[in-house]
Amino acid sequence: MTSDTGVETRVGAQHRAAGRPISTGRIGDKIFLHAARGSGILVLVIMAAIAVFLVWKAIPALQRNEASFLTAQDWDPNATPPKFGIAQLAFGTVMSSLLALLMATPVAIGIALFISFYAPRRLASGLGYVVDLLAAVPSIIYGLWGLLVLAPHMEGISKALNTALGWIPLFGGDSPGKNSIFTAGVVLAIMILPIISSISREVFVQVPRANVEAALALGATRWEMIRLSVLPYGRSGMVGAAMLGLGRAMGETIAVAMVLTFVPGINLHLLEDGGSTFAANIAKSFGEATDTGRGALIASGLVLFVITLVVNMAARAVVARRKEFV
Amino acid sequence: MAKRIEVSGLHAYYGGVHAIEDISMTIEPRSVTAFIGPSGCGKSTFLRTLNRMHEVIPGAYVEGKVLLDDEDLYASSVDPVAVRRSVGMVFQRPNPFPTMSIYDNVAAGLKLNGVRGKSRLDDIVEESLQGANLWNEVKDRLGKPGAGLSGGQQQRLCIARAIAVQPQVLLMDEPCSALDPISTLAIEDLIAKLKNQYTIVIVTHNMQQAARVSDRTAFFNIAGTGKPGKLIEIDDTSKIFTNPEVKATEDYITGRFG
Amino acid sequence: MTAPSLAKAPPPARGSALGAPSARRKITDRAVQGLVYLAFALAMIPLVSVLWTVVGHGLSRLDPTFFQFSMNGVGGKDAGGGAYHAIIGTLEQVAITTVIAVPIAVLTAVYLVEYGAGSRLARTISFFVDVMTGIPSIVAGLFVLALWLLAVGFGFSGFAGALALTILMIPTVVRATEEMLKLVPSDLREASYALGVPRWRTICFVVLPTALPGVLTGVMLAVARVMGETAPLLLTIFVTKAINTNPFDGPQASLPTFIWDQAADPNQNSIDRAWTGALVLIGIIMLFNLAARLVARRFKPAGR
Repeated sequence: MTSDTGVETRVGAQHRAAGRPISTGRIGDKIFLHAARGSGILVLVIMAAIAVFLVWKAIPALQRNEASFLTAQDWDPNATPPKFGIAQLAFGTVMSSLLALLMATPVAIGIALFISFYAPRRLASGLGYVVDLLAAVPSIIYGLWGLLVLAPHMEGISKALNTALGWIPLFGGDSPGKNSIFTAGVVLAIMILPIISSISREVFVQVPRANVEAALALGATRWEMIRLSVLPYGRSGMVGAAMLGLGRAMGETIAVAMVLTFVPGINLHLLEDGGSTFAANIAKSFGEATDTGRGALIASGLVLFVITLVVNMAARAVVARRKEFV
Repeated sequence: MAKRIEVSGLHAYYGGVHAIEDISMTIEPRSVTAFIGPSGCGKSTFLRTLNRMHEVIPGAYVEGKVLLDDEDLYASSVDPVAVRRSVGMVFQRPNPFPTMSIYDNVAAGLKLNGVRGKSRLDDIVEESLQGANLWNEVKDRLGKPGAGLSGGQQQRLCIARAIAVQPQVLLMDEPCSALDPISTLAIEDLIAKLKNQYTIVIVTHNMQQAARVSDRTAFFNIAGTGKPGKLIEIDDTSKIFTNPEVKATEDYITGRFG
Repeated sequence: MTAPSLAKAPPPARGSALGAPSARRKITDRAVQGLVYLAFALAMIPLVSVLWTVVGHGLSRLDPTFFQFSMNGVGGKDAGGGAYHAIIGTLEQVAITTVIAVPIAVLTAVYLVEYGAGSRLARTISFFVDVMTGIPSIVAGLFVLALWLLAVGFGFSGFAGALALTILMIPTVVRATEEMLKLVPSDLREASYALGVPRWRTICFVVLPTALPGVLTGVMLAVARVMGETAPLLLTIFVTKAINTNPFDGPQASLPTFIWDQAADPNQNSIDRAWTGALVLIGIIMLFNLAARLVARRFKPAGR
């Protein structure tokens, strides 16, 4: 209401001013159009600049690198001669993000179903807000909490998992600890819950009422209604949501950097302390990095940039395909 | 398998809004009963109380009794899921499951109810599609999506889906309002055929349609906006359309209002 | 909604038309219901735990000293010290970010909705705004490092940090503004055009004011989001324990990097400061979130 009346008076003011030569408007229009389009183009320029400058500043360090950038596990760019490779970082990034995805997706979809179809209608929007609060907590605080509160609890859980599932190599190892890739995966799972659940909820809201009623009128229970009408309709939306969550997890820095204890070398035993990710390594190594060190970190950041770019673009494509299908 | 419906003292509400007031009527088995009345008079709401679909709308609830051959649909021991399985429904707009094939659409309700076995399913699907006068048009493309059919075919698919689980009663909420005249005619023929087996209740805006397809007609009206809808009278269709008891019914039928 | 599955029905007599659905179906339905409730409860555990511990541990150092002093000359195991320098830094950096990012983002959204709608350029921009949303924050920091510090040759500064945060803020504000602009009924625009008002004035004085509350909500949520970013700041503002009120010269502190710095020190006094920093940070962020919701509720978008 407020804005409506505000608009009316403004239009009235324009009306009185309309006696001015129209050309004022034309010039104004041009300037404004250029400003608006220029801002839009600036966004494209920034994206291009990110790629260009990361490549530019990565090349000298890569040229000085004495090890294979893609396959070496060690990260010693400050040494002479500098030797660094991203194998361990890639392994840690992929493993921790996949663990997070596996843990977060079912829970996030459960939350979305709960809010959309199970919770009392009056509470639903409030509960949605509560889940969004999880997204409002900054990653530094998840890191602090993960390091000081969660990690001590994870030691017991990791030991139990190791005892029960130790025959699977990923859960094997002799000394399950608390600062492991697994712990990082749990923290990441918590952090990507809100984005997966809120996108899934958006999809569920769009399920046509007619489909829901068709199932109910056939004598479907609530779960059968969801299985017949909601899940088929929302499938690609949920896949897209999960992939966006994956992209988020791969790029997450501080929380992972605080939780993980760095131990050199790829360790397949995810329950044992150690491991690193692209992002965490950048945050941890930057303080002591020399010129070459910074270039090496930029090079690893470039790889991270490309990976998340691919994941995000694929996710957007999946979500967009759903729109066409509907 | 058709059953009689007896409604007594039924009220329906949407949150605080009183939508229909104190409705009592008897609906005979193996007959077609049409509900007519102006927009907003509560005839669709009343229809949806007959299979407990009213209450799936948030905040909506019902008071009163609906007996299906002496069993109260609203008794506390009755599961609404069971009610909806016994009382089938066809909606205003055809709503086949968009991701399912024609075959799977018809089989959906059967699978829910634990019908197993390919040959058994095949038989019932064919029987239902034949019952819905659709078999000849789709028998060669049962695996194709149901959403690819024309509007009239989709609506008959929805009818096939509803009768596949062999309900006692078939409710139809303006089933032809989104269809062209030829498809409408196909549905009306189908209704005439189905009434030999089912108790059919149809809501319609089209009085000619009510006169054509129904044995009995109920006229609903509303005293004014914001007031609850009421049943004015129910009688044999021929009587309602020639010599109704109530003046308002006559006014509506002769087109003086509504 | 009367929960359909709540009727605890003994199955009606045999031959009844309303025989309850099979036990298996009911059990499956109940089991899924249980799982779905469990999922929500599971998500509440970390939320409650995070808030509980941050408040619990943070209160111990929530004293005047914390807001009046920096960490200059305060060692890890010393008591006292505060986050004054960090709070100043965060406020300055976020203010600069907002001043740069909001005009660019709002103008971009205006272009996407009012001018470009459907053109190839607009679709390209829109696509890259989506892509930008997914840029890891550390990459934004690396970019500013590569461009501003290494290529151009400036040193660490609050302003460099603000540049990195700008990249993270732009896409959020573009999307929020875009949505709000789309909600403005086209009747309003036409009414204005019909009065002979030029397009830019229509946008500035009719469309944007109508969308303003929604845009404001989006901006506040975006501010709350970037305020908690740590990673890009580590690479751009670096670390300092001293007060530096000039965001254009020399390393600055910020609340997130303050927490990072203090948490890295195993001394209990440092850990306490980290928790209190977390409490202050989360408090400010929640305030912004709350204010955003209030604005959104107070002024519902026009035409809805």
